[in-house]
Amino acid sequence: MEVKAHAEQHHIGIKVYFLVWFALTVLTGVTVWVSYIDFGLLNIVIALTVASVKAALVALFFMHLRHEDKVTWIFALYPLGLLALLIGLTISDVFYRVTP
Amino acid sequence: MANHTVAETLPVPFLEKTGILSWILSTDHKRIGIMYLVSISTFFLIAGAFALTFRFELLTPEKNIMDPHTYNVLFTLHGAIMVFLFIVPGLAASFGNFLIPLMIGARDVAFPRLNLGSYWIYLLGAIIILIALLKPADTGWTFYTPYSIQTETDVIMITLGIFVLGFSSILTGLNFIVTIHKLRAPGMTWHRLPLFIWASYATAILQVLATPVVAITLLLLIAERTLGIGFFDPAKGGDPILFQGFFWFYSHPAVYIMIIPAMGVISEIIPVFARKPIFGYKAIAYSSLAIALISFFVWAHHMFTSGISEVAATIFSFLTFLVAIPTAIKVFNWTATLYKGSIWLHSAMLYALSFIWLFTIGGLTGVFLGALAADVHLHDTYFIVAHMHYVMVGGTVMGFFGALHFWYPKWFGKMFNENIAKIAWFLVFVGFNLTFLPQFILGTQGMPRRYATYPPEFQTLNELSTIGSWILGIGIFIVVVNLIKGLFNGEKAPQNPYNSLSLEWSVPSPPPHENFEEIPHVTDWTYGYGKKQNTEK
Repeated sequence: MEVKAHAEQHHIGIKVYFLVWFALTVLTGVTVWVSYIDFGLLNIVIALTVASVKAALVALFFMHLRHEDKVTWIFALYPLGLLALLIGLTISDVFYRVTP
Repeated sequence: MANHTVAETLPVPFLEKTGILSWILSTDHKRIGIMYLVSISTFFLIAGAFALTFRFELLTPEKNIMDPHTYNVLFTLHGAIMVFLFIVPGLAASFGNFLIPLMIGARDVAFPRLNLGSYWIYLLGAIIILIALLKPADTGWTFYTPYSIQTETDVIMITLGIFVLGFSSILTGLNFIVTIHKLRAPGMTWHRLPLFIWASYATAILQVLATPVVAITLLLLIAERTLGIGFFDPAKGGDPILFQGFFWFYSHPAVYIMIIPAMGVISEIIPVFARKPIFGYKAIAYSSLAIALISFFVWAHHMFTSGISEVAATIFSFLTFLVAIPTAIKVFNWTATLYKGSIWLHSAMLYALSFIWLFTIGGLTGVFLGALAADVHLHDTYFIVAHMHYVMVGGTVMGFFGALHFWYPKWFGKMFNENIAKIAWFLVFVGFNLTFLPQFILGTQGMPRRYATYPPEFQTLNELSTIGSWILGIGIFIVVVNLIKGLFNGEKAPQNPYNSLSLEWSVPSPPPHENFEEIPHVTDWTYGYGKKQNTEK
């Protein structure tokens, strides 16, 4: 019963897959386009935001995260917390180093 | 006739089939566990032999049997093989594989083929590392930049091997997490799980979440060496400390990948041989998870003297002290379990008691090192070497030997010679302390690590340490011979030689293929010693 329900949940229409694929292609175009314009520091912010949105789309639709249970979500989100930790605590070093 | 029928329906022990294919293609978790056990033990002995060799060099202050480069190569290989081929896969992959399905009442792990795949990936990584021995690295097992970028030895091959090993670790962790979530027998609730399972679960989380970081770090190192991209080279805009940050972001949690399974083993051995319910079950269970969580917050305590900011050092020093809390919770609870227990000094129990004592020394000296002022004095001295070995050998290896002696009858269906096991334990215990206790003193006196020669005033303590290494070596040799001899000449093991209440002892020794004829229905936790026992289990 549970298995059947699980399989049904995972049935994402082919239309959605194509829409996501289209969105990914457009976003790749955006990344390339933005790299030709000088926004200063914003360039990195835009590139990382676009990349994050793309990763999220892949995880949610192609990898079916959208229909997964809580435990899978915890395991999917936990590494993002770790990444924040890695960057955050490294900032406590890099921003406060004494330059001789 | 009736007897004949009974004999035919008796479950077939998992060890019955012979032939190489029955091993290398087996998806039985118990056989895969044995393959890991044999592999990691072999690498343990090889890396141990390296240590004996360079410890011999340190018998005298001047050059003795090897030049400094050979010395550097040997301690690098000792560290790299011990860490990546023995202690990280170690207890988790060997005993984890054997015990997890048996303890939770399952027929196998969730993904048996993936499990076999993990073993073969492990072996592939090991082979790559062996190929790297043709031109062995001399960087130390941490591969710190900038030296690992500059050295002419083969850093790429050995780090590639470790990269491959990482996948084995990740897949094993994933397999165990799913197994523990999905395959527990009816009635085996989270709070009835044996504590070894809690420990394996915490370890698996670390394997899955931390290992990718070291994988990418080693790839960046390889990219810098081969493509010249400046991740870590300041001349190209990189930062050598970034390597250390990345490396320890994995490798500190990895320290707990090494030690938490051993803590799980101790939590299993002590109640059985003290004949008492484990004290503070939930505290021990959740402290494993707490250690796993906190382990991600402390990595820069390996870097206090490498030039990180004072702000960062202060934050990491504070966070490091937090680790002492869950580890102390475990030690106090084990000690409380022993209190007024009816103690049986079986060889496995001797190793467990050694673990508590030696790990406490290892852990507390870690707190010294977490204090900034003390660390500046002690960093990169033999104090670090002693501290690390008290945790890794005094902790994990004692846990490993304890596990070997404890579950040996179940795994192989044979008994070993208990008297010889006790003599071996004594030699291991004395040898270990004689090797590493003097190193604490050497460290406080300022003897730096990783040098082939030293000033003459350090000789006496170094002599003691080297003699200790010989005693330790003899002890380990006797352990190995005794256990191998038991396989051939040992008496047949009964189903439950220690009257343990855990599920793995409810099946024959050795267990049949697929473990349980019928999946058990669990009605109680596994530590109900000293009161009327529930026969339903």
